[in-house]
Amino acid sequence: MEKSVVFNNRLLPYLLLVPQLIITFVFFYWPASQAVRQSFLREDAFGLNSEFVGLENYQSLFADPGYYKSMLTTLVFSSLVAALSLSIALLFATQADKNLKAAGAYKTLMIWPYAVAPAVAGVLWIFMFHPTLGTLARPLRWMNFDWNPLLNGTHAMILVVMAAVWKQISYNFLFFLAGLQSIPKSVLEAGAIDGAGPMRRFWTITFPLLSPTTFFLLVVNVVYVFFDTFGIIDAVTGGGPAGATTTMVYKVFADGRLGGDLGGSAAQSVVLMVIVIALTAVQFKYVERKVQY
Amino acid sequence: MANVTLRNVRKTYAGGFEAIKGINFDVGDGQFCVLVGPSGCGKSTLLRMVAGLETISSGEIDIGGRVVNQVEPAERDIAMVFQNYALYPHMSVYNNMAYGLRNRGMKEPEIKTRVEEAARILELGAMLDRKPRQLSGGQRQRVAMGRAIVRQPKVFLFDEPLSNLDAKLRIAMRVEIRKLQRRLSTTSIYVTHDQLEAMTLADILVVMNGGQVEQIGNPLDIYQKPSTTFVASFIGAPPMNLMPLRSDELKSQLTGDARVDQAGILGIRPEDFAISDESVTGGVALGLTVEAIERVGAETFVYGTRQPEAQAVAANPGELPPGEVIVRIPGAVGPGIGERIRAVAAPDKLHLFTADGRQRVGD
Repeated sequence: MEKSVVFNNRLLPYLLLVPQLIITFVFFYWPASQAVRQSFLREDAFGLNSEFVGLENYQSLFADPGYYKSMLTTLVFSSLVAALSLSIALLFATQADKNLKAAGAYKTLMIWPYAVAPAVAGVLWIFMFHPTLGTLARPLRWMNFDWNPLLNGTHAMILVVMAAVWKQISYNFLFFLAGLQSIPKSVLEAGAIDGAGPMRRFWTITFPLLSPTTFFLLVVNVVYVFFDTFGIIDAVTGGGPAGATTTMVYKVFADGRLGGDLGGSAAQSVVLMVIVIALTAVQFKYVERKVQY
Repeated sequence: MANVTLRNVRKTYAGGFEAIKGINFDVGDGQFCVLVGPSGCGKSTLLRMVAGLETISSGEIDIGGRVVNQVEPAERDIAMVFQNYALYPHMSVYNNMAYGLRNRGMKEPEIKTRVEEAARILELGAMLDRKPRQLSGGQRQRVAMGRAIVRQPKVFLFDEPLSNLDAKLRIAMRVEIRKLQRRLSTTSIYVTHDQLEAMTLADILVVMNGGQVEQIGNPLDIYQKPSTTFVASFIGAPPMNLMPLRSDELKSQLTGDARVDQAGILGIRPEDFAISDESVTGGVALGLTVEAIERVGAETFVYGTRQPEAQAVAANPGELPPGEVIVRIPGAVGPGIGERIRAVAAPDKLHLFTADGRQRVGD
């Protein structure tokens, strides 16, 4: 049972909430409501006038095959990034949790990538994998592998997935490691005496006890792949080639900022917002039930 | 059913620290062995070495005629009860007990029979569907016991299993464990720092100090004939009174005793004193000033000081301050504070040790 604090001054609790409320309002509710308003308007070519068009932006959006393509791209991209970054981070964390000699240095090095800005991370990866300049693309070509993320959509997707996963592993690693360290050692020892080998111990004891961490990271990672990977995609592929890496959030930017279709772009961001809210709600409703606290 | 034999077992950590310095003992089939000692004496480490949770630096551990040094914990056919119980928090009580059986590929009907039998013995029948967090400390303890007995292992290992329980429950569970062990007659090794637990549970008592065995034997033998001053002050509460034989006053009382030439320390248990004006031939009489009195009801502890010139014996855990003597008398009547009393002990109640306290003199 949590204790509730009683304030003597009736205004004080509200005053203490104000900074957080202002931030949420200015950076979420206001832009979100602007997007909703904008999605019902159409602007003329010169940005001088806008007229109310009702659901027309949504209608043309859902009639556009390009939009469904970006949905599919997002689905592929986000499931790959979330699955890979979570599982690789978990693998690394279980290794770091063992009593290794250089565990401290290893942990520090693991965490560094998180300090790199997404766009910078993207640039690093393009330097490594650029078909003509890339240091790692050259050996691939020597092996007669026709590596070209600038022309080949699948290659481009692989590249942005790698960059996005690399960037997110540190964050997931940190939480998984903390989660692993909070599992009492004696419980695992009891498992060993009870005849469970290392793998069975992991799947029947460690993994279930880690589920609160995993669930939290799943929610955070889904939000990450939907929104925060924008910088990486913009720096690495610019959504190309031929829209192969245009995720929904990138399309919002491409259509609105580059294409000048503010109404359409706003409609897209509303749809995106609804999808993410729905996904998070589903996660809390269904996945959380299986979580062991 | 197995005996456990330790042959010159040592444990040296990477830094060079020697936690276990060559230990030998043998626990016979079905016997209850208790390892007792102060914290840091290596008793838990030794138990974990038997379990296979710690490596053995040298020597041999033999379970049921098989050297298990290189054998995984799971293959040693042992079960362990941990101090914090180490229950699987995400599993029901039933699954906690069934886990080890499932890992060994046992069929579900057989598992059900065994778990239900264990639950019946430990009175856990109504709690099989609960999670560990919904149980009280004593119930968790019983689940930990249940997890050990369903496996029907060759050896039970207990690592201070009662130290997280409150005093009353601890005594109740202590009796339960002893009864259960008798009934199953499974060889057991039990670690504790509580000398009372050690005395009441053990068939064989191993007193440890600083990574070494101080004394091994039947608990009553150890109580009656402690082989070092450490054992003398560790086993028995309140501890044995230890007095240096430097002052002529004590030595002169013992002139008839053949042991006195080699002895440097005299030990007398608090209950072996009587308050009396008569002198005992060959015994010891001490003049004491009463400083404090503890009345427990059935008995009374009298804390007195001897002459101020009384000198300190090397400080060991559980030992009395220099010059202080505890006398235990039955009943609730006794002297008052500040009174001068005369405490006498019969000759057969005297324990004599060498000056370094490492050896018992005489019988």
